[in-house]
Amino acid sequence: MKTFNIDSREHYRNKVFPSPFHERQAALNENREWSRWYDYLSVPAYTCSTMEYFAGRNTCGVFDLTPMTKHRITGPDALTFLNRLVTRDMTKVKPGRVGYSVWCDDRGQVIDDGTVFHLHEGDYRLCSQEHQIDWLLINARGFDVSVVEDTHDVAALALQGPTSCAVLKKMNLPEVESITPFGLKHFDFEGTQLTVSRTGYTGDLGYELWIDPDHAGVLWDRLFEAGELHGIQPMGSEALELLRIEAGFILAGEDFAPAMHTVRHRNTRSPFELGLGWLVDFDKPVFNGRRALLREKAEGSRYALVKLDIEDNKPAEHAYVYDTRGRNIGWVTSAMWSPSAKKNIALATVETPHGETGEKMKVEIYYQRELKWHRKMADAVVVRDAFWDPPRRRATPPADF
Amino acid sequence: MKKHDAIVIGAGHNGITNAAFLAKAGMDVLLVEKNEWIGGAAVSRNLHEDWIYSNCSYVCSLLRPEIYRALDLARYGLQVVPYGGSVTMTEDGDYLASYTDEDASRRELMRHSPRDADATHRFERDIMRQCRFIRQFLLRTAPDPTSFKPRDLMELLHIGREFWALGEETIYDTMRFYTMSIAEFLDEYFEHPLIKASHCGSGIIGSAMGVMSPGTAYVLLHHAMGDVDGSAGAWGFARGGMGAITQAMHGCFADHGGTTLTGSGVAQILVKNGQVSGVALDNGDEHHADIVVSNMTLPRTFLECMDPRDLRPEFLEKCRNFKIRGSSGKLNIALEGMPKFTALKGNRELMKADMHLIDSVERLERAYDDWKDGTWSRDPYIDMLIPSLTDPTMAPPGKHFMSVFVQYVPPKIRGRDWTDADRDGFRDTVLGQIEDYAPGFRDLIAHVEVRTPRELENEVGLTEGNIFQGELTMDQLLFNRPIPGYAQYRGPVKGLWMCGSSNHPGGGVMAAPGANAAREILADRRKPNTVPEGWLDD
Repeated sequence: MKTFNIDSREHYRNKVFPSPFHERQAALNENREWSRWYDYLSVPAYTCSTMEYFAGRNTCGVFDLTPMTKHRITGPDALTFLNRLVTRDMTKVKPGRVGYSVWCDDRGQVIDDGTVFHLHEGDYRLCSQEHQIDWLLINARGFDVSVVEDTHDVAALALQGPTSCAVLKKMNLPEVESITPFGLKHFDFEGTQLTVSRTGYTGDLGYELWIDPDHAGVLWDRLFEAGELHGIQPMGSEALELLRIEAGFILAGEDFAPAMHTVRHRNTRSPFELGLGWLVDFDKPVFNGRRALLREKAEGSRYALVKLDIEDNKPAEHAYVYDTRGRNIGWVTSAMWSPSAKKNIALATVETPHGETGEKMKVEIYYQRELKWHRKMADAVVVRDAFWDPPRRRATPPADF
Repeated sequence: MKKHDAIVIGAGHNGITNAAFLAKAGMDVLLVEKNEWIGGAAVSRNLHEDWIYSNCSYVCSLLRPEIYRALDLARYGLQVVPYGGSVTMTEDGDYLASYTDEDASRRELMRHSPRDADATHRFERDIMRQCRFIRQFLLRTAPDPTSFKPRDLMELLHIGREFWALGEETIYDTMRFYTMSIAEFLDEYFEHPLIKASHCGSGIIGSAMGVMSPGTAYVLLHHAMGDVDGSAGAWGFARGGMGAITQAMHGCFADHGGTTLTGSGVAQILVKNGQVSGVALDNGDEHHADIVVSNMTLPRTFLECMDPRDLRPEFLEKCRNFKIRGSSGKLNIALEGMPKFTALKGNRELMKADMHLIDSVERLERAYDDWKDGTWSRDPYIDMLIPSLTDPTMAPPGKHFMSVFVQYVPPKIRGRDWTDADRDGFRDTVLGQIEDYAPGFRDLIAHVEVRTPRELENEVGLTEGNIFQGELTMDQLLFNRPIPGYAQYRGPVKGLWMCGSSNHPGGGVMAAPGANAAREILADRRKPNTVPEGWLDD
């Protein structure tokens, strides 16, 4: 089943569509506020984004992932196709494993980032922030591979937080606790197949659940029944945004401008400039952007994406970043007060050679008190690790809480 | 007789803009116009009962916002209101729509081709890269590449720097854009014939080239580089019709002490001892000034309104060779009610949109074949709007004004002049075409104004009926527009200036040639500059 029909010209009567979880979401959406995520209605916050954030760090939260752009890649050449598409070595992502990836244009500039799920031997799902079918089909020419966008054929939920494994166990998914980080398993569920991957966008223990849209409602119901005694909460996009910044995960369109959408060519970024050099494998003889990235590696990058630990408690959203002599060297792309790390944190883009771990910087913060604007030049330091990275994220089997 | 500081010939949008900037600098300016009314091709006229037509140009996007602001056109009554979307209807009763809502537009593309829906991002990015490059030269005078004057060298350097700043990929693309056909260019992005056809129109409007002719990719850019309130590529209606633009410009001109004479055209631009001395009008009156600015087309100015003995033969030969070929016509229709397009099934949003009746690139190319044969297209390209659905001033409530731009329409019918019978035949072709898509349409018609290149030349003064005052091809752009060596708005005779769309940066209701020419004149006369520079788009 498709989640909605765009084959009819009448689609214009609705500018946005309900997700397959909509009825359940609407019943819980006490704020009665909806946002748009491409084709779907999405919930910014059901009740209170702070409480939903803490569910993700303390119990578990459920987020509707259905609007995420999804593709299915199958056929004898699926692996070689993917290996030329992305910068990392996909031969290492075995069946039942998931690989975070970036893909570039010929200039070595990042088109998008996303996750590749090796569902079965030679059968992959690629999830991306932006629409990618044009680029994927350009790349598929000459390969014996089938590439389709199936966003509307798959319903998906993220279940994130320390009690998430306990909830799945309660749902009687056999050996779900044996899934290691970036692993996945398929389960028989209510007469269909449920795929569970140990992945997420929160930097904590968590899973993502994939099912056909016809079974979306029953999945939601079973999940919430199982989670009742484990503090399960629906989670909106505002809470997820806080969770991903704490985890140090970047977001296309926010922390970098995707190359296919960028008019001013200097505003695109390479994987190195996004701190994703570890995803570039030059041992592969051919992949998109290889030549440009080799040159960049030899000659140096223009920018660095850094994690900043900023003094004081005033969130540094949209702030300029300066070196210690007061020269403007960059800007903040995402910022928040981290309730879990108890730090004032930010992701920022700075010009190289700035951006070394431990480097001191200044951040120009504008903040408001009872409508009056204030400005603070706050001290900041570049840190290497994610602001939130608990051991439970990696423990297998995970604890119940 | 009183001597003016300057005489501007032709009260179209460029002429009035030029006159207004000169008047704002304190000059005593006389504006002369052959018609009883002002506006040129940006005009609103009442020809039937309570209907107002935008008789020639019909939508607004290219009008430079810097000029809008500098002439304070809002204060003089101009309002530009964006309209929503576009739709391309097919013969089999389907359509491809573009909506004001980005997601709905994407889904509409997906309905025809999911891949093309995504490719649209790449397409729009590449178009916008080129538009940003071109836009910054709109309110600048093109340099003379053969001159060694510091100013020309600086300007050449500026172009070079900006070109280099485009980045490797876009530099290559730029050369391709100026030389490719729109059909070839679209093939690099899209697979679906209807999606390609829907983008093709912008590549040929106003041009006597086919969708498969080299150079038409640039014409698409020319239509995409405008904006409404910073919304790039958007188009809008001037409230009250396109005449509202020239009326507001004229309000500014008059407010700064300008004088306007209508109802008698210029018979000849007077030259004494190698210097212009004024103009002689058709009614026998003479008016004098040391500066004469022509907003007429290049051929009309030099081949019709000047004594050839005052000009060099080589220059005259280049004026004769200037490519200014008529390719379009227009029907302005008063409707007693709302037409019903079968394909739209009551979609009100698309009734307000820009409507086209075309299926494929090939069908468009065949329409051009008829032009080459010296006749109007039997299956023409139509760009059609119902402004009265957006603008309540255009028609009585419940009744409608429909603007129908038609291409291709040749300046001559197989080498001979148009006759009234030809004009009626052309009208029936177009009305029949619309009737095919909207049965019962002809029964709604209360009045039709038909404009072939003959009417456009005789009434508006557009040579051969070319709406851009000259083809927008590489050989006639930037420092080659209108002809090499004369791209700085300066005519071949002392005191003679050119401010029409024959000059850089070309046609469309942009007002940039008029403004740029005023800046040059003021600099030449050491007057304070009143003409704005272009806003930075960094």
